[in-house]
Amino acid sequence: MARWTVNDQKIPQGRLALISYGSVGLVILLLIGFWKLQVVQSGHFADLAERNRVRSIPIIAPRGAMLDREGRILVDSFPSFSILLLRDEPKAIEKALPQIEEGLGISKGDLQQQLDSAKNEPKFQPVVIKPAASLADIAFVESHRADIPVLELMMVQRRRYPHGSQLASAIGYVGEVSAQQLEESDGRYRPGDIVGKAGLERQYNETLEGTDGMRRVVVNSLGKVMRTLDNVEAIPGKPIQLTIDYDLQAIAENDMADKEGSVVAMDARTGEVLAILSRPTFDPNDFAVRIPTEEWQSLNTDPETPLLNRSIQAQLAPGSVFKIVMATAMLESKAIPESMTAFCPGYATFYGRMFKCHVFGKTAGHGVVDFHKAIVQSCDVYFYNVGKLLGIDRISYYANALGLGHRTGIDLPSEEPGLVPSEEWVERVFHRKWYAGETISVAVGQGAVTTTPIQLARMIAGVASGGTLVEPHLLKNFQNPHAEHFAISEDTVEKVTQGMYGVVNEGGTAAGAKLQNIEFCGKSGSAQVIGYDVRNRLGRQREFKDNAWFVGYAPRRNPEIVVAVLVQGGEHGGAVAGPIARDIVKAYYDKKNARSQQQANAEPEGQPSASRAVVATVGAQQP
Amino acid sequence: MKDRPHVQDFDWTLLAIVFTISGLGVLEIYSSTHASPMVGMQWKQLMWIAAGIAGMFVISRIDYHTLLDQAPALYVFGVAMLLIVLVIGHSRFGAKRWVSLGGLAYFQVSELMKLIIIIVLARYFSEVRTDRMALLDLVKVGVLTLIPVGLILIQPDLGTAMVLVPVALVGAFIAGIEWKHWAAGVLVIALMIPFGWNMRHHLKPYQQQRIQTFLHPEENPRGAGYQILQSEIAVGSGGFWGKGFGKGSQNQLGFVPVRYSDFILAALAEEQGFIGVCVVLLLYLGLILRLVDNAQKAKDRAGVYVVMGVTAILGFHVLVNASMVIGYVPVTGIPLPLMSYGGSATAFVFLALGLVMNVRMRRFVN
Repeated sequence: MARWTVNDQKIPQGRLALISYGSVGLVILLLIGFWKLQVVQSGHFADLAERNRVRSIPIIAPRGAMLDREGRILVDSFPSFSILLLRDEPKAIEKALPQIEEGLGISKGDLQQQLDSAKNEPKFQPVVIKPAASLADIAFVESHRADIPVLELMMVQRRRYPHGSQLASAIGYVGEVSAQQLEESDGRYRPGDIVGKAGLERQYNETLEGTDGMRRVVVNSLGKVMRTLDNVEAIPGKPIQLTIDYDLQAIAENDMADKEGSVVAMDARTGEVLAILSRPTFDPNDFAVRIPTEEWQSLNTDPETPLLNRSIQAQLAPGSVFKIVMATAMLESKAIPESMTAFCPGYATFYGRMFKCHVFGKTAGHGVVDFHKAIVQSCDVYFYNVGKLLGIDRISYYANALGLGHRTGIDLPSEEPGLVPSEEWVERVFHRKWYAGETISVAVGQGAVTTTPIQLARMIAGVASGGTLVEPHLLKNFQNPHAEHFAISEDTVEKVTQGMYGVVNEGGTAAGAKLQNIEFCGKSGSAQVIGYDVRNRLGRQREFKDNAWFVGYAPRRNPEIVVAVLVQGGEHGGAVAGPIARDIVKAYYDKKNARSQQQANAEPEGQPSASRAVVATVGAQQP
Repeated sequence: MKDRPHVQDFDWTLLAIVFTISGLGVLEIYSSTHASPMVGMQWKQLMWIAAGIAGMFVISRIDYHTLLDQAPALYVFGVAMLLIVLVIGHSRFGAKRWVSLGGLAYFQVSELMKLIIIIVLARYFSEVRTDRMALLDLVKVGVLTLIPVGLILIQPDLGTAMVLVPVALVGAFIAGIEWKHWAAGVLVIALMIPFGWNMRHHLKPYQQQRIQTFLHPEENPRGAGYQILQSEIAVGSGGFWGKGFGKGSQNQLGFVPVRYSDFILAALAEEQGFIGVCVVLLLYLGLILRLVDNAQKAKDRAGVYVVMGVTAILGFHVLVNASMVIGYVPVTGIPLPLMSYGGSATAFVFLALGLVMNVRMRRFVN
């Protein structure tokens, strides 16, 4: 026996017993700890466990298509694949990077950057490395499922605009829901949702967007889906049919290809918009995925404002087109005798200031001008006198009554109201008296008065149809189009429309726009962008060329179609804008005639085709 | 009085408890891994248990006095091994803890050190003749303990390093530590806390993170706080009756971290509920009480210290592991003895129990 074991038989029983009691105490404490979690708070933790286990995956509803009035597709959605990089296994990613780089053509630097920026995201959330995968990309992922397990495909619905920038300003575009929209949506939207941001996409967003579905799945701790719990299918968005006639739209697009401005063609009886465009414009396909920041910046800061829908947002001087308001006001107010004439030497002087007629410096003036000639030749001097005699408040009253100075109510967001000046307006905004001289400018559509192309189309159609101002709209089954009625006497309508007929058909300012067999009428305008004085001071001719206007319609009374054309910097309304309006009206009638031709042809063939149908039915009954 | 120890003198009650706990462990390992790539792990664990039982019989045959005689040599051997593992050890999970056993398996040297420290301290305390320990004795115990603790800390393995300390504390308590020394010790530790807090920047990043995580588990639920939170969710969602064997979502879907090893109690708590936890913890309490009973019946003080050394380590493991699972202490990597999967750890427990049997078998032998 070793030396150290001697005489130590005395066991400290008391201290050992204390350790036993201590152990019992500690186990009781542990059990209390478990009791707290498992009994007291078990509901809370059961919730957390459920949230861990179940993940809800949205099934994106495809947006509804947009069709033209004949059912042709203007906008649709198509399933597209995004390529995801799963980040659960960093080593596997490391290994696959060179292959991914080569197969998908994404540089290593880009990939690394995307991985780095997602570093703080939960690991089970993959990163999208390619939002719109090509067929080759999809094939690459599918064929490398075994050796590159970190790639995954996700189906998404993407917006497609087959006609690119055509009709873009009216259609608008879609984009990721903004922080503000998210807040206002009351939980209806999730971050990253695609919503209509502008134009019809925004106006009819609720119809188009459908209802997203939801798939609830059980996932493991790596986020891998183990099984599906339930599945709520997405309800696709409803398609909308537009009043647009793509044939007319295409002609407008073609005619305006190298120009800046706007075209609005409208059914003058119903307000159905047949064609609408604004140039320059953008390609909504660029927004459909995710627009690169620089591109968005350049669209927003471009001095030519491609995001502006000129048809409803450009508030410009209407120029001589406004003379139709003046002419109507003159006859309707009876403040001036119909027989009034004026002598035009090419200019006139009012309140000590000289006002030029548009022929100033080119001819010796219009000579003696009566009501009809004043419209046909667009004599400024005549209307200066009309304006002076009517006064600004009467002009303002009729302009408002004919739909200027307030929104037309077209079903597009962000329409501008334009401006019809009055004494009251000047006092309210500028706190001064109206200068009588300003009335002279307003009388020829210059000065403070501004209008949008859609307003002018509606105004001209309204006058020609005896005072019915339709509500323009783009949705085919637009509910309760609200027409404003402003009764214009038969005599006035007749005289004013005769004038507009003369503009095109009696050697007027738009004589070049004449059409065979069609009562094509209208009014041209060449509006100064800024006053001549300012322009001369700046001395920059190029920048401030006159805007060319033409608002044409047919037939002369109770028109079917009205077309407003604005060519910015086009200078000569009748010569530049007129032919564009003419082309659209001609196309409208060509189509209409072809249709009635077809119907006429179909009539005699009705008999045999009906009997064919009978034969077919009989045939079907045979065994 | 018998003159030879016999297997019949094994503490069969104690072994019954041990086998019950091991069995529950194997079942829970099966439940945790059967639907994962680690399927079949329970067989490996059974193999380790079998090996452990064999080792237990072997170690019980060698008189503990003989082992205690060799304490200085064992101590030198153990410290040398710890040094060697630091130099040529095999790294896993960012720590050098393993040595290769001929390429077949890896052995965690620090587990061996647990056995050695039990024997070394039992020998040391046996040499203290009085019922009051002198300060110098305490300091010596401290130095003997802290050398291996320091070496294991460097690996780094905070958990195993800490496990050695209770052997010294329990031993000192039984040997008769004076209250003023207790007080001094508590004071020193209290003073060390702010110092340690300032030293935290010298900790390994994973250790810093564990402390951060423990203090603020909710801050980063997918990151470092993940383990504690997921463990608590598993335990809490188990409720009173549990979700049923193989039906715990936290366990089966892998949300509970290392659910077959350090967090096996969380997996069991989820599937078997509070009832299951009660059964397991009471089994462990039974184990501890039975061990203390064996100490009380030991023939000499040397036997008491051997048995209580084993008790201290096992008790500390259970206490810290269970507290970790319910988020009361930081994640330290201390497994639940007999239940957690692990070769070295399981082998250690059975070898340690071999020491206990050793003492028991010789209580009547002279």
